[in-house]
Amino acid sequence: MERDDKLIIGGHEFNSRFILGSGKYSLNLIEAAVKDAGAELITLAVRRANTKDNESILDYIPEGVTLLPNTSGARTADEAVRIARLARELGCGDFVKVEIMRDAKYLLPDNTETIKATEILAKEGFVVMPYMYPDLNVARDLVDAGAAAVMPLASPIGSNKGLATKEFIQILIDEIDLPIIVDAGIGRPSQACEAMEMGAAAIMANTALATAGDLPMMASAFKKAIEAGRQAYLSGLGRVLTRGAAASSPLTGFLRD
Amino acid sequence: MGKKENEFFVDSRRLSQAALEKKHKLETDPSCRTSHMEYMEGMEILESDICEKVISQMESYDYSKYTARDVRAALEHETCSVEDFKALLSPAAEPFLEQMAERAKLETSKHFGNTVYLFTPLYIANYCENYCVYCGFNCYNDISRVKLSMEQIEHEMKVIADSGMEEILILTGESRAKSDVKYIGEACRLARKYFRMVGLEIYPVNTDEYRYLHECGADYITVFQETYDSDKYENLHLMGHKRVWPYRFDAQERALKGGMRGVAFSALLGLSDFRKDALATALHAYYLQRKYPYAEMSLSCPRLRPIVNNDKINPLDVGETQLCQVLCAYRIFLPFVGITVSSRESARFRDGIVKIAATKVSAGVSTGVGDHEDKYTGKEAGEEAGDEQFEINDDRSFGKMYEDIEKGGLQPVLNDYLYV
Repeated sequence: MERDDKLIIGGHEFNSRFILGSGKYSLNLIEAAVKDAGAELITLAVRRANTKDNESILDYIPEGVTLLPNTSGARTADEAVRIARLARELGCGDFVKVEIMRDAKYLLPDNTETIKATEILAKEGFVVMPYMYPDLNVARDLVDAGAAAVMPLASPIGSNKGLATKEFIQILIDEIDLPIIVDAGIGRPSQACEAMEMGAAAIMANTALATAGDLPMMASAFKKAIEAGRQAYLSGLGRVLTRGAAASSPLTGFLRD
Repeated sequence: MGKKENEFFVDSRRLSQAALEKKHKLETDPSCRTSHMEYMEGMEILESDICEKVISQMESYDYSKYTARDVRAALEHETCSVEDFKALLSPAAEPFLEQMAERAKLETSKHFGNTVYLFTPLYIANYCENYCVYCGFNCYNDISRVKLSMEQIEHEMKVIADSGMEEILILTGESRAKSDVKYIGEACRLARKYFRMVGLEIYPVNTDEYRYLHECGADYITVFQETYDSDKYENLHLMGHKRVWPYRFDAQERALKGGMRGVAFSALLGLSDFRKDALATALHAYYLQRKYPYAEMSLSCPRLRPIVNNDKINPLDVGETQLCQVLCAYRIFLPFVGITVSSRESARFRDGIVKIAATKVSAGVSTGVGDHEDKYTGKEAGEEAGDEQFEINDDRSFGKMYEDIEKGGLQPVLNDYLYV
């Protein structure tokens, strides 16, 4: 993009607004995300890095890429805090994506526990990016707790169903001063583009790429879609007739000065 | 396929006359057996509604009434209801196996990507106090019995860990007297030193004992119900604490109450009506998941295998086609659960099913006791090894399995778990 338009999270600057989510990791996926989608932030499930495997994912993270360890597997704030500390010990840096699920079926985040964990980890100096169900009150609490960004879900994780929570994400974008990163459920580049047009700061995706027929090509499509959406947002979208007529001013047309 | 029954009874020449008489009486005279629905002393009784929910569904399941139309509708629905699942398990779904596999593959990839988890079982003792007629460990079967010492267990673990394996499933025969909870707990503590993830497949225990085992480092409990048909169960489990059907049924719930992260379910297909057993197995996980939404659930689908001294045992009417149908139906109904396919199945079947529905396979398997060094390195350990529980079919080593999974375009995963 021509002008300086960096994504800033907790004082760290990124040129790319595509973040690779975790979950369905394969080494091809990481490669495509970095090379073709331009990802500079890559999520890493700490539990998956908890391996002596010679194919440890840590070894496959290219230089210049920032790791975003997540706390998947945590069922409570306490467990999330412990996993985050372990990530730091493993040398994963200070970023952490707080992910707390008390539900093994839909993997929906537990907002209450997430606020608690965010507060503790922010105090310990982590750059905390909480994954949450889009609720304005919770988002405000997360800001107060010291979050560096807020990551609302678009639809159930892995579902590729797109912006099912669109209206509520829009409210967060409008009301919260932190970057709003749309996470989970984005299944197509067009959905990523739409979220970016709405003013989302970045998109996190994984399944959409992982399950694509041609991984590198899909990664590249996401990159373009995110850039297009961002550009559209920055340029100011053209007038959209959402609330009835606007072609003339039937009610105030009588005014003469 | 004929509706033949398995011939389970085998008399060892080494049994005394008195033992033989008792054995025959148990086999032929139901009145001499204890009640399989009554708890024995020391068995915790849970107040739970899960069993009633599962069994009432199973009993009313008439799979002959489902038609191709029901199956098509089930495959069209975005969310698979219990009714849809019943249709997918019915004979009417058999002609739709390829479509079911397609749908199952999609669900698996949505929830698990292209990953396949690897683990290996470690039998630490094969003493058993039960007479389960189909099992190689049954107390009347003349086999070599071994209980490993802590030193021997550690040695086995080292050998397995050196192969690269990070997840272990510790098993015993079902003998509280020979392999008590403390012994198993100590084995778990050792396992935590060598492995990232420790699971247990042992006799069912009480909630406080599950809590103790959890504190020792185990986080996953597998208990096979064998068959959900309690009358059939009574006919197959003739003696011992395993005979108590309801105590076994509630094992997973006690394990979750005791703090375990995950539980696994299974019926042993070939013992009874496999469609009803498959329905009950999945519903057992389904209803428990609704009650304990944070728990990680997984399903297995073992079929009967030959055992030492009885090489004729077979899964009767459950062919590979039926097994595949059950696994696909499981995946479509419960897309989020883990599905394990053990070395009871052939390499060819396992290579195929990991591409459709299975998310976990064992490798480098021995179902005997204390013979890993021999099997892994070819070095005679010099000590007496215990006989195996059943004959395995797929004997691929860890390395070969890893390689074959990669060759199939999938990603082998050794660990995706943290003990917190």
